[in-house]
Amino acid sequence: MSVAQPPDRSLSGRIRAAWGIVALPLLSILLALIVGALVMILSAPIAGKPVDLGLPLTAYGALFQGSVGNFDAIIGTLRTTAPLLLAGLGIGLGFKAGLFNIGAQGQFLIGGIASIAFAQLVHDMDPLIAIPFALLGGILGGALWAFIPGVLKATRGAHEVVTTIMMNYIALSTLSYLASGPLKLPLSPQPVTAGVGNAALPILLGRDGHLGILIAFLVVPLVWFLLYRTTRGFEIRAVGANPDAARYAGMKPRRLIILTMSIAGGLAGLAGAGNILGVNHQMSASFSTTVGFDAITVALLGRSNPVGIVFASLLLGAMRAGAPLMQIEAGVPVELVDVVQAIILLFLVANAVLRRFFRLRGVSANLGTTETMTATYGSEAIR
Amino acid sequence: MDQLINGLYGIPVAGLIFQAVGYIVDQLPFLSHAAVAISIPIIFAALCGVVCERSGVVNIGLEGIMLTAAFVGWVVGVVATQFLGHGDPTPLFGFTLPLIIALVSAVAAGMLLSLLHAWLAISVRADQIISGTIINIIALGLTGYLISLISQSSPKGAGSFTPLAIPQNVANLPVVGWLINAVFNQGPIAISAIVLTVVLQILLFRSRWGLRTRSVGEHPKAAETVGIDVVKLRYRNVVAGGALAALGGAYLSMELTNSFQPGMTQGRGFIGLAAMIVGRWTPLGAFGAAVLFGSAQAISSSITFAPPTGSLGDFMNQVPPQLFDALPYLVTIIILAGLIGRSTPPAADGQPYSREAAT
Repeated sequence: MSVAQPPDRSLSGRIRAAWGIVALPLLSILLALIVGALVMILSAPIAGKPVDLGLPLTAYGALFQGSVGNFDAIIGTLRTTAPLLLAGLGIGLGFKAGLFNIGAQGQFLIGGIASIAFAQLVHDMDPLIAIPFALLGGILGGALWAFIPGVLKATRGAHEVVTTIMMNYIALSTLSYLASGPLKLPLSPQPVTAGVGNAALPILLGRDGHLGILIAFLVVPLVWFLLYRTTRGFEIRAVGANPDAARYAGMKPRRLIILTMSIAGGLAGLAGAGNILGVNHQMSASFSTTVGFDAITVALLGRSNPVGIVFASLLLGAMRAGAPLMQIEAGVPVELVDVVQAIILLFLVANAVLRRFFRLRGVSANLGTTETMTATYGSEAIR
Repeated sequence: MDQLINGLYGIPVAGLIFQAVGYIVDQLPFLSHAAVAISIPIIFAALCGVVCERSGVVNIGLEGIMLTAAFVGWVVGVVATQFLGHGDPTPLFGFTLPLIIALVSAVAAGMLLSLLHAWLAISVRADQIISGTIINIIALGLTGYLISLISQSSPKGAGSFTPLAIPQNVANLPVVGWLINAVFNQGPIAISAIVLTVVLQILLFRSRWGLRTRSVGEHPKAAETVGIDVVKLRYRNVVAGGALAALGGAYLSMELTNSFQPGMTQGRGFIGLAAMIVGRWTPLGAFGAAVLFGSAQAISSSITFAPPTGSLGDFMNQVPPQLFDALPYLVTIIILAGLIGRSTPPAADGQPYSREAAT
């Protein structure tokens, strides 16, 4: 442990401090893109194509073109960014409290279907009433889906990594049941829900820049304020750093765990609601998404910090938005984005090796307060 | 007798329960076999968890290790068949050269991936749950990417292992015959799961390796002072655990089916971890819990294939079928929440070990 030094206020000091924060993520992204290029080149023969050294340039060019190449593409990127941002904020909040919420996927789906259920109750009312009501439904749905693992963790000690994954699968069944049963569009041959009526989010910008994008970015300062400027936020961070110490200081780790999980689920639920009310307007029984797992990458890459999560979600959002064009123009499957994502994470976690290899000094490796996560694994209920 | 049964079935509410019991007894020959078949990957996952966590390394990447092994087993089978042809399967278990090469490759791939986890968890001393999650994301991404490239040419698989044939007159014996049929009318990977469970139970509690593993998982510092190489032992256990999880994955793509679908493990690795916790970190306990989870799924698939009749059938028709899909996951959560307080993990579980650090 080095002795804490007063912050260097000079310009070069600030640049060095900023570099210390962004060096590792940037290096990880760059190396992951290089590994992704190698994967592309080496895997071409599998599909019966010749090895083409120019393929990565074509593919990444198309990825770039498809994500930020023109106005519509940029709006498209923002559209895919919004749910990643919200769900990533939720997972990051969990990390701060020492919780690993892998359940954003299920919370997103339940948030989406709950917003449809709520929207159908008020579908012919004024949008000023219908929209907040449907969004609230999404928040409540997601919060409920995370509240259950939260309670099980706090009172029974069931680790959230296992329970939230199980909740993801249960969410799939629940969605399938609701979309082919109670919420089904009458007379439709396919199991798909009815629309959202007046709760559909208005388009503010371009072809599909809906209100949900704005809401997602407005939530960022709220989460930042909660974490760093409120007593509750301090308690959340304290529990994450050391639950025992937090308890001795008079905080209530059990309640904080349930609260944090519920807020995280509410954020993921809002992500689902925003996406359904703004983009899809209905859900089929087999609705699928990658938001839940992308959001884990977002939270880790953004180091659980709301500002970092904004940049990380923009990167992942751009990759998701540009991937279809990459598949069309370069014949590289959209799943390449998953590979690149995984490699980014790998380099981030193996940061000690990167730092030694690239001789980065004074670069912090801290991935947020993730150390207590494994410590509470399989343990008895938190007192 | 029949009149008595019909009378019992007629009672409101309780009659439904009698009918449910009757249905399960009726279906037992099918149910017991399906329960074992469904449990096998969960058993392997749980055994992997036991071997890793008894030495103090949490491995939630086993879901990804299983998926990778399932993928590699299937793909290598395809390639080997192209070069070597199908060959004549042996009468016992249907071994062919491509299938054996595929199985060995699947296990090697699983060991390689768990070596990555071991390196991150033991040498880099990264958070083990994050490291495991990354293994899962890598496996999901890479297999998803490669399968979408490969399936463009719709290749032909290497087939699958065949179950041991039980003579019909033995299999039809009430109870004993069903049990023999359930356990032994299975392929080679499934039977090895049952054998390995017993072997590991004995090794863990009766051998030098077992004692060392348990001591490293409980108190690595003390183990080090009596001359046990903590790092080496943990590496060995995690890689060996990877081989076990890989067998579970290979079972999915080479024995239960002969195909690969993206994400085909469907959370079985995590259910295996829950089985390990419920089974109190012992191979036999984990086996029992895994079979319990498998039975929940077997009942739901039995209801799909042979729907119950009578008033029980009418009642079942009102239950949405999605509830049965969700049943294994619900059962996992409920059992985990109900039993976890009474089982204690190894004391050093999940803690990176450093020789220098003060404890």
